[in-house]
Amino acid sequence: MTETIDRALDRVRVVSWLQRYGVYAAVVVLFAFNAVFTPHFLAADNFRTQLVQVAPIVIVALGMALVIGTEGIDLSVGSVMALAASMVALYLGYGALPAIAMALLAGALVGAAGGVLVAVVGVQPIVATLALLVGVRGLANVFLPQLREFTNPTLVAIGSDSVAGVPIVVLVAVVLVAAVAFLVRRTTFGRQLVAVGGNRTASRLSGLPVRRILLTVYVLAGVLAAVAGVLATSRLQASDPTSLGLFMELSAITAVVVGGTPLTGGRVRVLGTVMGALLMQLLQATLIKHNLPQSWTQMAQAVIILAAVYAARERR
Amino acid sequence: MLETDGVRKAFPGVTALDGVSFSLGTGEVHALVGENGAGKSTLIKVLTGVYRADAGQVRYRGEPVSFASPLDAQRAGIATIYQEVNLVPQMSVARNLFLGREPRGRFGLIDFAAMRERAGEVLRGYGIGSDVRRPLGSLGLGAQQMVALARAIEAHAQVVVMDEPTSSLQPREVDRLFRAIGDLRGQGRSVVYVSHRLEELYRICDRVTVLRDGRLVHTGPLAGLDRLRLISLMLGRDLDAVRSEGLTRFAERARSHAAPLLRATNLSRRHVLDEVSLAVRPGEIVGLGGLLGSGRSETAKAIAGALPLDSGGVSVAGEAVPPGSVGSAIRAGINLLPEDRKAEGIVATLSVRENIALAALPRLSRAGIVSEGDVDRVVDRFMRRLRIKAAGPGQPVGELSGGNQQKVLLARWLAMNPRVLLLDEPTRGIDVGAKAEVQVLIDELAEEGLAVLLISSDLEELVEGSQRVVVLRDGAVVGELSGADVTEEKIMAAIAGTTDD
Amino acid sequence: MTTTTRERAGSLFRRHGALLVLGALLVIGTLAFDSFTTPANLGNIATASSFLAIVAVGMTFVIISGGIDLSVGSLFVLGGVLAAYGSRYGVVVALLLPLVVCGVFGLVQGVIIARTRMAPFIVTLAGLLAARGLMLSLTDEGATTYLVEDDLFASIGQGAVLDVGYPFLVMLAILAVAVVFLQRTGFGQNVYAIGGNEDAAALMGVPVARTKIVVYLTSGLLAGLAGALNAARLSSGVTILGIGMELDVIAAVVIGGTLLTGGAGGLGGTIAGALLLGVIQNLINQIPGLSSSFQQVVSGAFLAAVVITHRVLGGVRDDDS
Repeated sequence: MTETIDRALDRVRVVSWLQRYGVYAAVVVLFAFNAVFTPHFLAADNFRTQLVQVAPIVIVALGMALVIGTEGIDLSVGSVMALAASMVALYLGYGALPAIAMALLAGALVGAAGGVLVAVVGVQPIVATLALLVGVRGLANVFLPQLREFTNPTLVAIGSDSVAGVPIVVLVAVVLVAAVAFLVRRTTFGRQLVAVGGNRTASRLSGLPVRRILLTVYVLAGVLAAVAGVLATSRLQASDPTSLGLFMELSAITAVVVGGTPLTGGRVRVLGTVMGALLMQLLQATLIKHNLPQSWTQMAQAVIILAAVYAARERR
Repeated sequence: MLETDGVRKAFPGVTALDGVSFSLGTGEVHALVGENGAGKSTLIKVLTGVYRADAGQVRYRGEPVSFASPLDAQRAGIATIYQEVNLVPQMSVARNLFLGREPRGRFGLIDFAAMRERAGEVLRGYGIGSDVRRPLGSLGLGAQQMVALARAIEAHAQVVVMDEPTSSLQPREVDRLFRAIGDLRGQGRSVVYVSHRLEELYRICDRVTVLRDGRLVHTGPLAGLDRLRLISLMLGRDLDAVRSEGLTRFAERARSHAAPLLRATNLSRRHVLDEVSLAVRPGEIVGLGGLLGSGRSETAKAIAGALPLDSGGVSVAGEAVPPGSVGSAIRAGINLLPEDRKAEGIVATLSVRENIALAALPRLSRAGIVSEGDVDRVVDRFMRRLRIKAAGPGQPVGELSGGNQQKVLLARWLAMNPRVLLLDEPTRGIDVGAKAEVQVLIDELAEEGLAVLLISSDLEELVEGSQRVVVLRDGAVVGELSGADVTEEKIMAAIAGTTDD
Repeated sequence: MTTTTRERAGSLFRRHGALLVLGALLVIGTLAFDSFTTPANLGNIATASSFLAIVAVGMTFVIISGGIDLSVGSLFVLGGVLAAYGSRYGVVVALLLPLVVCGVFGLVQGVIIARTRMAPFIVTLAGLLAARGLMLSLTDEGATTYLVEDDLFASIGQGAVLDVGYPFLVMLAILAVAVVFLQRTGFGQNVYAIGGNEDAAALMGVPVARTKIVVYLTSGLLAGLAGALNAARLSSGVTILGIGMELDVIAAVVIGGTLLTGGAGGLGGTIAGALLLGVIQNLINQIPGLSSSFQQVVSGAFLAAVVITHRVLGGVRDDDS
């Protein structure tokens, strides 16, 4: 009798531990595996490459985590990255900073459009941002029909320079992670955002500015996606609105979900999201380094997503 | 027909049913009564296959049964009509009526013409003449309930369990339901009827079973059982105490003569509220009476800015509150404790701490950054003052008992230093101990000078708790009682529209 | 409780809006471009839209049941690759292989959704990745393109009656069967009931799990079939075309008036929605100097306009924040 109860308790404990730290554990395990079995894995160069590759996904996923925290979803992020790339190309003539500013502004506008559809008109987030995914990708292509290379030194530097050995792209991502973590944990806005996701009616009756919060969240997601678009573009040294950010929404959602943020809203795990993105990146790197085909990565990702969500499911 | 023998059912921490032997005869309408938490709903759930008994036996037509699911019970002929209608609102009335048993035509395909015809026929028998092609959700709640009942009977139910079926019905619809119940009895089918409305029980029930604290305390014919005796069985108090209770508490109350703190004038909204006016003085508890759907909750929501109005206004201490905005109502000091705690009150994913601080966050922040120290102080103060039982401020609020959740919500508002509290069913669904605590707290708050508007379906609570009672019917004020006039009889008379003035 | 004119207009628009707009666009196209109403062009639109339409039929079942299926784009591509690969063994294998594999994908997703009650969005997102992974590993990471080697199979995709390609006829046949199943059988009623109120449906005796499994199985089968037809038409199993198609399919269903919340909608609107997307694309191609990316802008704007109209006409409630 006691034994079965103990066992049940153990099971509950294991499950709840896995829910909280599973993604960290998985990252550590995969890291350790690579440290032992993958040649040159611990080399600084390799680290740098991996982090530079994952940085845009992390940045987009931060915005996605905020949106998902409000019980929403933002499918438009990949298209926003493409739009940002077009903007950079179009306004680069005025200098790097105006071009970046325009890209971020474009991201904010798309986010605002999604936010208005969701918060004011009351359209379901998935449909509202689906319309934006389709339309904004088209818009990016209309503005810039084909890939355009550039040599603007500032922009190129953002994409390829390092400060104290850390690539600027990675630094930006780290700063944004810290900022979003601070936003979620310490600010009124962050607390209110999570409450809106947990119970919208209760939040409204408690006097929270629900519409404004939702609108702001989508704008933030748009701006973060635009930042990712600018960084990815500067690394490519070319604006590529046709393929930049394609399927980014899926990678970002995957990172968020694997990181333990439930799709049902009411909870945002910022570090978990970062870990989710890192896990997917490590997985891909591991398979590549061991000469396993790319296709395996996607199948492995599918399994990880299911496992992560299945584990999280038992919380209720 | 259906009986239980020594049924026991326990949940972590509570024994919900303790050796209950209940018996339902053929062609009998059997009332099942008891206070909240007495074990009524657990017993129903054991009978209808939602729960399985830990010990004891359930027998149906003399055979021991153990239903694996409500569906299992239904197939055996035991149907349940729930308080909220459990049908599919988007589908047509006819489709709801026949889902799973659609009449088939050629090639085994559904014959919609025949289905509509049958549906119209069947429903006319229950006094529903509306187009059966309309979505079910576009019908009134009473009609929906009637469709649910018709569905159960069409599926050859021998036993129908009705859980508070009249709580959202108009008097006319209640009459229609009772006629239908009468027909069932005539056909030799049995009904378990759960309701708090004693008057209804006496109208249609043959026998009554009273549960208290998970035990069966009385079972027998209803005719000849004195109403007051029935109440005393339910409450477990002796008759004299029940008689005197309300009176003694009245004497202690002094009437306040200060100028009204809250004043609502001619609140109107088409089909919902019709020129509702009321005023509450500081230190006063005003009850808002009326049946469900009479506009009680809507009045509270309108005052709190959560229901847009066609006309009318609200003022606090003489200053008009900008209409239609929860934010401005809160800034004016008006706070609403909503009726549906789960859907409109708590944020279940967040901790007790976050839930208490939710509304007050802007006040507990500097430059948009939350001051954790301030939050801790506020949370600590109210958790102590309201004696909120939780593992700690970090415990998710969804894990607390109903009473403690309600206290968390009260704390959320008290942290705002409110001037006006609108309490919509503050003690519904919480256990007796917590109920008393909440009631005492409401009294204390009024004594501190708050204006309190109290909504309750529990007449006793309304009478004991309030100095004045405003009675609503069909969205309009139909009576106001104060002083010695605040009695259950007078409130009921006002609701029924039989007051002599 | 009374239906207002506005609500009636909303419901009318939701049900027939796509058809009305489709009609209007056809008229505009006829008036504006001489080359638009030629049999060849109309036949082309119909044939080109039929693949999306077939997948959208399955998606309509899924969405009415209250779910969503993100895997159909990947399954469409996988189906095409498998059909092209299988065609070397004859037409039967070319058709059966994609149906079996994609059907199994749908079945597994359905079982996971029904049994574990995980969100369909997540499960089919995993399905999307897994199916794409399988497709890539079959084609040496997308480097190999299998050619269709069976003429009979190719003719299914390429043949035409009076400028209308066989795929369109196949689509019509599937539509007819699907309409009967959705509207005239107990299974169809169950799909609506589950999407409307799952708990109530379970209490009313609807076999919830089984119905869901069949719904996702159907969606997988139709995606695989559409992919096979597409391969037949193109004479090869193209590995890129169709990735991301799930979003277009969802758009067609939503434009067709099926609510993503489940419990309401129909197949007629879905087909109109799919054809509408095809017509928009065709019309934009007719306008000289307008790039094809403009089509996406219009489609996106159109989708937004449709859902806004649904909201404004249909579902404005005061208690919504």
